[in-house]
Amino acid sequence: MKMRLTEIGVVTAVFAVIAGSVALAVASPAVALVAVVAIALCGVGAWWFVHNRFRAWGYLERAEDLEVRRGVMVQRLSVVPYGRMQFVEITTGPVERLFGLATVKLHTAAAASDARIPGLDPVEAARLRDRLAALGEAKAAGL
Amino acid sequence: MSGDGSVVVGWQRLHPLSPVVRGARGLVPLVVLAGFSTINRGPRGHGVGPQDLIWLALVVVGVVFGVVHWLVTRWAFDGATLRIETGLVRRDSQQLPVARIQAVDLVAPFVARIFGLAELRIRVAGAKSAHHLSYLSASVAADLRARLLAAHHGLDQSVPEPAEHPVAVVPPGRLLGSVLVSASTLGAVIFVAALIAVTSVSTAAAAALAGSLLVYLIGIGQGIWRRFNEQYRFTVAVAPDGIRVRRGLLSTVSETIPIRRVQAVRQIEPLLWRLFGWCRLEVDLAGVPGHGRTGGTGRVTKALLPVGSRQTADYLRHVVIGPIEPPRSRAAHRARLKAPLSYHFLAAGHDETLAVAVTGRVQKVTCWVPLDKAQSIRRVQGPVQRALGLATVHVDVPGKRVGAKFRDRPVDEADRLVEELASRSRGARRRESVAAAVGAARTGMGPAPTFGGTGPDGGAPPPSSPPMPPVMGPGWFADPARRHQARYWNGTAWTENVADAGVTGVDPP
Repeated sequence: MKMRLTEIGVVTAVFAVIAGSVALAVASPAVALVAVVAIALCGVGAWWFVHNRFRAWGYLERAEDLEVRRGVMVQRLSVVPYGRMQFVEITTGPVERLFGLATVKLHTAAAASDARIPGLDPVEAARLRDRLAALGEAKAAGL
Repeated sequence: MSGDGSVVVGWQRLHPLSPVVRGARGLVPLVVLAGFSTINRGPRGHGVGPQDLIWLALVVVGVVFGVVHWLVTRWAFDGATLRIETGLVRRDSQQLPVARIQAVDLVAPFVARIFGLAELRIRVAGAKSAHHLSYLSASVAADLRARLLAAHHGLDQSVPEPAEHPVAVVPPGRLLGSVLVSASTLGAVIFVAALIAVTSVSTAAAAALAGSLLVYLIGIGQGIWRRFNEQYRFTVAVAPDGIRVRRGLLSTVSETIPIRRVQAVRQIEPLLWRLFGWCRLEVDLAGVPGHGRTGGTGRVTKALLPVGSRQTADYLRHVVIGPIEPPRSRAAHRARLKAPLSYHFLAAGHDETLAVAVTGRVQKVTCWVPLDKAQSIRRVQGPVQRALGLATVHVDVPGKRVGAKFRDRPVDEADRLVEELASRSRGARRRESVAAAVGAARTGMGPAPTFGGTGPDGGAPPPSSPPMPPVMGPGWFADPARRHQARYWNGTAWTENVADAGVTGVDPP
């Protein structure tokens, strides 16, 4: 969450500087100022969007299945039975590592299942992975 | 090669002609390439140039490789495991346990057919691709296939393949007609018409257009030819061990689709086909379970019926997933605003074991998914849908973006659907795993299995459908009527297929 926000802040600043200097070189300082303000506004919009997006993301461990919901504009809700899990995966990208976060991903035989839980604390991620793996083994069902 | 059909435990080689057949398939592009290079060199290219030597060397290398491959490849089947060894430098030894066999296909490409050879393709759960034995003589291949399938069903190897009931043969005329009225052909006709129209205005523009069109037309022609070639004389038959399909004009394919491996059934009715009352029936099989980079299981789609009447399709579907038809309901009326082009088709329904959904704009697609095969249930709601108070519920099956879509249901119904489908798929799965456990117990028995205590004891002949159907997968069991050694149980009822000392026969239960 915080990571994404920082990411957006950095990206916005970089874009603003680039656009400002380009506009300054080509046109007048007034145009440059307008460009910087416009990009800053975009950054604020993106910040708001990501904020909502992350608030909407959630998961629920139920007795027989895992429920994952996400999305603001398009709201998605996946119910994945533990027995259908093929494998669980924890991924941490370089930026995620910087912020000490991890993503847990659930794979079923269906490509569309789409159960991804990003931005977890690594300890929580490991706990979730172990729990899901254990449950998956207990309730495994063939194809 | 010993083709006497007796149980041979020793190692055997492929048919001696296999390098020739393999070579001939590779030779065609080589010859074409050589021809092109000769033409390019023009008339002065007589005598032996360096290019000719290169071509000769390529051919020699090819021949040597073929012969060496034949020399180092061998196979053996001992009744429980099929072993295939191949490779000179990197020795590759494959062991295929019969219990894990998913399907055995007989494929005979054109060149192989000339020599009376066939390729055996064995699909095993967990393997990346099919294992090949190419080539065997046709009789050996058929014999090995029968032995593999018999062993797979826990029978003595000498039990021949059970009898089958032919269901439908697609006549070539109908196949040709169905291909011709398909959309791509229509596109070609429209293009040609456009071309003629343009010609009447300006010849130069038409010539330019024709050049690009030619490529397109060739592509369409190839597509038509491929479909015609693959599905020529498509024959479907129902046998106790699955649905058997035979097809092909130049190269023939004979495959058995095991009913329990079917993940979903789809019936597709394109616009123009509906005029003739035709439809296509496809089934999805789970291919490779597991760790694909794409994050999903490879899906194998097989046509059960490339084109046929709805009655035939209905019959086949009943064989595959049972004669249940869940009541369908239309999408909410306000969905018309969101999906004006497909609203007329949208419908869905489900019952205890099956979900069915109809989607499509011009082409009507009906998809049946047995709930015990569902991988996950998803509810998706876009902004327009939210404004209208609608949501779509997906039932996912293995593969990419396939499954039943309950499109544009009212929100409260969608929420209920998610819960209901999840709990019912759980229930269906549990019943299925009980059945699998019974099946596993059965495979532990000897070649003449005894009926696992679920049927009536003693002399009274059992009713053809027991009052409380035992939860048990299809397979050969000791004949409950005690008239024969084994009788085939198709999962819900006893069939008329019996076997005695390895010889199948027909005797109504």
